[in-house]
Parts: sequence; structure tokens; C-alpha cells
Amino acid sequence: MSKQPIIGAPVPRKEGRDKVTGRARYVDDMSLPGMLYGATVRSQIPRGKITKIAFGPGIAWEEFVIVTAKDIPGENYVALILNDQPCLADGLVNHPEEPILLLAHPNRHALCKAVAAISIEYQPLPAIFTIEESERRREIIWGTDNVFKSYLVEKGDVDSVWANAGHIVEGEYTTGAQEQLYIETNGVVAGFDREHGITVWGSLQCPYYVHKALMALCNLPADKVRVVQMETGGAFGGKEEYPSMIAGHAALLAIKSGRPVKIIYDRMEDMAATTKRHPSRTRHRTAVAKDGTILGGEIDFTIDGGAYCTLSPVVLSRGTIHAGGPYYWPNVRIHAKALATNAPPHGAFRGFGAPQSIFAMERHMDRIAQAVGLSPVEIRRRNFLKPGQTTTTEQTVRDAIDLPKLLDRALELSDYHRRKEQFAEDNAVSASAKASRKGIGIAAFLHGAGFTGSGERTLSSVVGVEACPDGSVRILVSSAEFGQGTKTILCQIAAEALGLRYGDVAIAQPDTIEVPNSGPTVASRTAMIVGKLVQSAALGIKKTLVAGSRLGDFYSPEEFREACRKHVAVHGPFRSLARYEEPPGIFWDDKKYRGEAYAAFAWAVYVAQVSVDPTTCGVTVDDFLALQEVGKVLHPVLATGQIAGGVAQGIGFALYEKVIWQNGRMQNGQMTNYIMPTSADLPPIRVFFEELGNVHGAFGAKGIGELPMDGPAPAIVNALEDALGISVNSIPLLPEDIFAALQADSGELDPVGAAE
Amino acid sequence: MSPADDRRQEVTFIVNGEQRSVHVHPMERLLDVLRHQLALTGTKEGCGEGECGSCSVLMDGALVNSCMVPVLQAQGVKIVTIEGLGIDDRLNPLQEAFLACGGSQCGICTPGMIMAACHLLQKKTHPTIEDIREGLAGNLCRCTGYLQIFEAVAEAAQRGAGK
Repeated sequence: MSKQPIIGAPVPRKEGRDKVTGRARYVDDMSLPGMLYGATVRSQIPRGKITKIAFGPGIAWEEFVIVTAKDIPGENYVALILNDQPCLADGLVNHPEEPILLLAHPNRHALCKAVAAISIEYQPLPAIFTIEESERRREIIWGTDNVFKSYLVEKGDVDSVWANAGHIVEGEYTTGAQEQLYIETNGVVAGFDREHGITVWGSLQCPYYVHKALMALCNLPADKVRVVQMETGGAFGGKEEYPSMIAGHAALLAIKSGRPVKIIYDRMEDMAATTKRHPSRTRHRTAVAKDGTILGGEIDFTIDGGAYCTLSPVVLSRGTIHAGGPYYWPNVRIHAKALATNAPPHGAFRGFGAPQSIFAMERHMDRIAQAVGLSPVEIRRRNFLKPGQTTTTEQTVRDAIDLPKLLDRALELSDYHRRKEQFAEDNAVSASAKASRKGIGIAAFLHGAGFTGSGERTLSSVVGVEACPDGSVRILVSSAEFGQGTKTILCQIAAEALGLRYGDVAIAQPDTIEVPNSGPTVASRTAMIVGKLVQSAALGIKKTLVAGSRLGDFYSPEEFREACRKHVAVHGPFRSLARYEEPPGIFWDDKKYRGEAYAAFAWAVYVAQVSVDPTTCGVTVDDFLALQEVGKVLHPVLATGQIAGGVAQGIGFALYEKVIWQNGRMQNGQMTNYIMPTSADLPPIRVFFEELGNVHGAFGAKGIGELPMDGPAPAIVNALEDALGISVNSIPLLPEDIFAALQADSGELDPVGAAE
Repeated sequence: MSPADDRRQEVTFIVNGEQRSVHVHPMERLLDVLRHQLALTGTKEGCGEGECGSCSVLMDGALVNSCMVPVLQAQGVKIVTIEGLGIDDRLNPLQEAFLACGGSQCGICTPGMIMAACHLLQKKTHPTIEDIREGLAGNLCRCTGYLQIFEAVAEAAQRGAGK
């Protein structure tokens, strides 16, 4: 047996050597003989009928492969939830940058000129761009009411709480779109031949989503579609659904030309055309007892889904379930809806709706504190969920989580009380001076791991572990590595389960002809759900060897390898498969939106310290403390990296990353003018873990990837309020927004005019 | 082939210690020449406008964004790319440290980041944390929040990578 535990050890990242030497193969590093390059001609208007497509002079059009909707062999949609999004617009466009026509050519440079030489004429239709315009329904742009999906969560009797309330606190909170900004843009290579069908190599999170989409689009059976994930240079949700679109485009060009086709977006195309985080608006109306206890409330959570449904129902779902935060609501009513606008569809981005609704909840808690006359710390302490209590969906908290204790530790680690006092004193002294003003803010939150409700049951994921001829074992999953450490942690889990060394376990590159469908690589589900299946499948290999009398109860890694080798020599390579089974006692009612929303929650308290320059209104985050309970930490270095990276994105969400929209089109789609934090911008991000364990995940792990996206924005904005004494409830907050808010608060200047 | 075939010319430079000649349009990006003509795909494109630093290489000891360098400017220079740092299975101390400290997650910014760190350590063998923050500010990483990259650079400096 292995002497030292592999779980919890900082083993080297499985594909790390390739990454630090530049040998890792990303899709743009691929080249196939005879390969063409593909490009996309896109809509220039937000909504209208296409009346004419003209191919301009000066281009040798006969050299180009040209694909329109008419060339689609199968169904013209990107298969997902409702299949409402065309792969190529056919007569009608519903958002700027909607793909209309595809070109391919052997020369990359020739493509740019050709795209520019195509002119499309439209008969424009009225378009809508905001949540408010969409809910006004003067223009119906989707379905009968512009509503992709709505949910109603009801617990207790909210209508009864208002009469006895000591305070009624209302607030409206909004968040903006956010670009995932993976450093590797979306890209694929597709090849086609009649015998094997279509093969796509791509930068992607979910090989089987692409597989499903290509079957429908190309009218091919499952065995004639192959999807291979290449090394993927960041994703964060931005390569969850969009790869099905770009893979479809490359596949159509490959089918028509009979040659391999590569499509790699440049940065501007990627930012303008692909998904972003859903903009949101949340309204809270809360009844609070005189002592600060929440009696009940109504929450209205609305997201802007863009022009097609895509993943909006599930983003809305996660946002809805997280809208009540880590607090006990005896009575609550949550109305949630995802609305259509004529912007490119918004989509998956780390946190998936939760960062939006948690921003609102955690800002609102500070407001409640003010109304009641309690501190931000005390209001949270009095309302935290306790084990045995139920969430807004009436899920009983089974974790032995002690949130007041978690809060206390976060306050201690951040030296919260001393600093808060110090900042108040310093700010008072320097009120008239040009010294920077400082503040400190907290956010408490939770994040559910795995698919929501019945999602995991529906997915019914399968994982394989294979015994190879040389006696080694290899993990077979469609779960993709894109920085989080998927390959590393799954190999740790299999090695620990089998008593092998980390290096004894290999893992296949996700390739749909080789690996079973372990589900999409999303929803913080890989460590918990897929990891547990890897553990079971690995034990299946051992069971076979023990049953074949090749292995006793105690063995060395060498003995295991020898037993495995001999067994394979006689019986051939074999696989052990494990399929997801719903834990007993899990109940979810999709109609009433009630029950066990997630198999496990991770819990966290974050503390941000900021200073604001009174002249420039520039905000610096001076210190960031991230404390979380995530079950067992499988790998301390990877886990810390996940948290620090998520916090950095959260800081960007709050303070840097602003999408400027004009008629549904992003105006600042470059890294020059859409700003993400650099190494010089970020504070020390101090990461701490509590480890309570969890029965549902491998060796007690829960999900971790999305959690750190939820807390930074509200903690920072709460700190800003502490520093400036003004209430701001909309992010992102760039210096000009803070300037405008300060002007509005003082009432001296027209804030809009001043900001512009 | 392009942008205009008739203006192609010979450009000669040294890459990772080896003299190479390419027949290219003088305005072709150094990044494309490295990746497409010399098959040095370790250098990555992230933005194509000199913002992200993923395409960083050393040119006569200076750190440049190879997406912003017309290949003509590379005539007669010495270029070092990520492929020039590690020799077979022996990693450079910076590569070792990035691996050990978690400095590489998705890996796409890693080659450029390591080249920037290499440049930094050549200028300052023992940089402070502020030096590292400033020195790497031209290289964007979306995964790590940079902290483990700072640790990696500090660790590599400790091990004498800057000598």
C-alpha cells in the first residue's frame, strides 16, 4: 500500500511539464495537410430581415468555400436546451454578430479581405437592449412574452410577515456583463471523410455537448462524430456552450470542402461574438424583526439572456437558489426570470448566476444592518443558517457547518475590528484632506456543488478506469482540464483508492471515441461527482484482480502492476465503469422548485480592504482574505490557485471589467479597453480553508471552482461604502462610476454630466 | 503567400542558439514566423495587440511582444523562446518553480510569463515582490490571480535562476 497519502499532497500537475516547456498542444498549434482557414460573416445590426447578400468585386470568390444555412445537412440549430439558436442565421437576425455565412480559404490573410467584401442588406426591425425594455413587452422578440424561463420559489407565508416587521428594507442591485477573457480564444479544427464522419479538435469544456450538437447539425449518427478536447487555455464557462457553435461552423466548411478547416477567433471577434456573464437586476424587500432577525422577504431576480435561450434557464436556476445567501428565511418568495434582448446570448461564466444574486444579497445585508442599527457582522451572525434548518428551497442543512465560527475566524485573520475602527478614525481626520479613504467589508455566502436539483440524475454520468497491457491504469472521462487541475486530482483519487503511487495512474485526453460521457466540465462538479465515480471505478479494477486471485488484500504498487499485467495478458485489457447513482433521500420537485438543490454546499466568508483616492476615485484593494469550507482539500496548491484566481476575477467583476454596449454590440472588445486585473493591480489574496468533509464526494471533497467568484464583489462594495459613506448598488464600479456616485450623493453636480 | 507574395525576402536570425533563415514578407509578425514557419508553437497568441504578453520572447535580451514585431526587425538578432529554456527533460529553474508553486494553470500564458520572469531575473537576480509585480505587469494571467506566479519567480530567484 502507499505509505503517504496522495490526497491532500501537492503532487505535480499531471500535464504541468508540457505547459511550462511550451510543449502542450492547444488547438491553434495543430496543422493538418491541406488545411483551410475558416472565417465567419456576421450580422451588423441587432435585429432584422436579411434582404440581400452581395459578394463584392476584387475577390477571387471561386477560390473560397462558401457555406450558408442552405448547406446544413441536418437541423439548423445549436443543440442545447431549447434548440432555438440557429447555427447560421437564415433570413432573420436577432443580435449583432450573429453568424450568417462562412468562408474558407487556404490563405488566412485572404479571408479578412473576403469577409470585408461581403455586404449584407437588411430590413431592420425594432430591437430591445435592456431588462426593462424586455419586460415592457412593447416589442416581442422571443416567444410570446420575451421570457425564456421563470421560477417561483415559495417557502412559508411571506404575506403574513409585513404587519409584524420592525423594519422593512428594500433595495435594488444590478450587475453588468462580464467577459470570461480566457487568454486562449475560442478555436477548433474540423475534418471530414465519408468513412469516419466528422472529427473536431477544439478548445472546449464539454466534449459531449459538442458531440450532440454536431450529430443534429450534420445529420450524422453518434459513431460518425468524434470530438477531441485539445489542451484548453482557460474557459471559465466561456467554452461550455459556445464551442458547439464554432465546431458546427468548422464542420460545415469541412463537409462542403472535403478538407480540414481551422477556425480560430481573434480577440476582437471572440469578445464581440461569444457569451458573457448575464447582466442582472435583483430587488429585495425584506421584513426584519427589531432585533435584526429576518422574518421573511420577497426577492425578484431577473437576468438578461440575450437573443437566444441557450443556457439561461440553468443560469437563472443557480442564481435563484443562491439568492437567499447563507441565511435562514422562515418565509420567502423568489420570483426569477430570464428575459430576451437583442444582444449576443449571455452564457456560462464561473458562478453561473450565483455571483449576481449573491452580490445583491450581501449588499442588502449591509443595508439591513444599517436599518436595524447593527453592525454588518452582527446582522449576519443573527441570521446564519444552522445545521438542521432549511434553505429557501427547504433543503435541510446537513453539514456540521458553524457559520458564526467561520465568520469569527475570518474577522480574526483579517484583523477586521481593529482595522474598521482605525479606518473610521483615519477617515474622520482626513475628511477634508486629500488622503485616501479606507474601508473594510465582508461577504458571507455558499455555493452548491454539482448540477442543480435533478440535474445529476438526468446526466447519469459514466466514468471508466482501464487496466492496460503494461499493468498500469488509466482514467477515462470526458471531464476536461483547462487549468483547474482535473487530470491531477482525478489521478490522485484513483491512486489513493487503489493504493498506488500518483505516477502509476494515467488519464486519457477527452476524446469521444475513447472516453465515456462523465458529463460536462461545469458546475463545480468534477471533484465531487466525477471524483467519486473515479474512486468507484478504480476500486472495480481492484475487485476484478482480487476476484481473479491475482491480488491479496495487501500489496505494493509493483505487485498491483504485475497482477494487472498478467490479468490483461490472459483476458485482454478491461475497463471498470461506474455510473452516477442518486444518493438515497434526495428529493427535488422541479415544478415547485423545492427540495435538495445540491448534494453539498461550500461555505465562505471573505473580507476586503480598500482605499479610494479622493482625487481620481481610483480604488485599490489593499488586502483580501478568503476563508472557505470546501470539504476535503484534495490538493493544497491547486485549491489555493483556484481560490486566488477566482477572487482576482471577482475583483475584476467589481472594479475593472465593464462592457460598453451600443445597440447590443460590445464597443470595447479589446484587451486595450476592456481591462482585467494585472499583476500590479491585485492585493495579497490570502487563502484559508476549513475542511469538514462531505459524504458525497471522493475522500470528502466538495466543489470549489465557482465559489470564489461569488464573494469578492459584495465584500469590495461593502468596503467602499465603509470608506466613502455612500451606498452604491451597481457593478462594475470604475473610477468614473464612483465619481458619479459621490456627486449624486453630495447633490452638487449632475452626476451623469459630470461623469461624461 | 502573404500579405503580398512579391515582396518576400530573406530574413536571418538566431533562434534558441540556432541560425535560421526564413523567406517572408517583411511585415509578417515575428509571432507567426516563429509558430508557422519554424514550428515553435510554444509562443502563444492571446490578443494580437501587445496587451497580454502571451507571445513574449527575448530579442537580443529585450522582452518583446512578438505579435508587435515585424519580422524584418529580427534580422541579425538573437531570439530566445520558451523552447530555448528547457533542455530535454531538464527544466530551467523557473520552469521547475512554476510547476512546483502552481504558477501554471491552463498554461496558455505560461510560456510568455516565464520569458518575462526570465527577463526580470536577468535584470535583477533577487527581485522584491514589488519588482516581480511590476516586472510581470505586461503579462496577463486569467487563472491564477498571479500570487503563485510571484511565489514561483521568488522561488526560482532563490535557487539562482537569475545568475
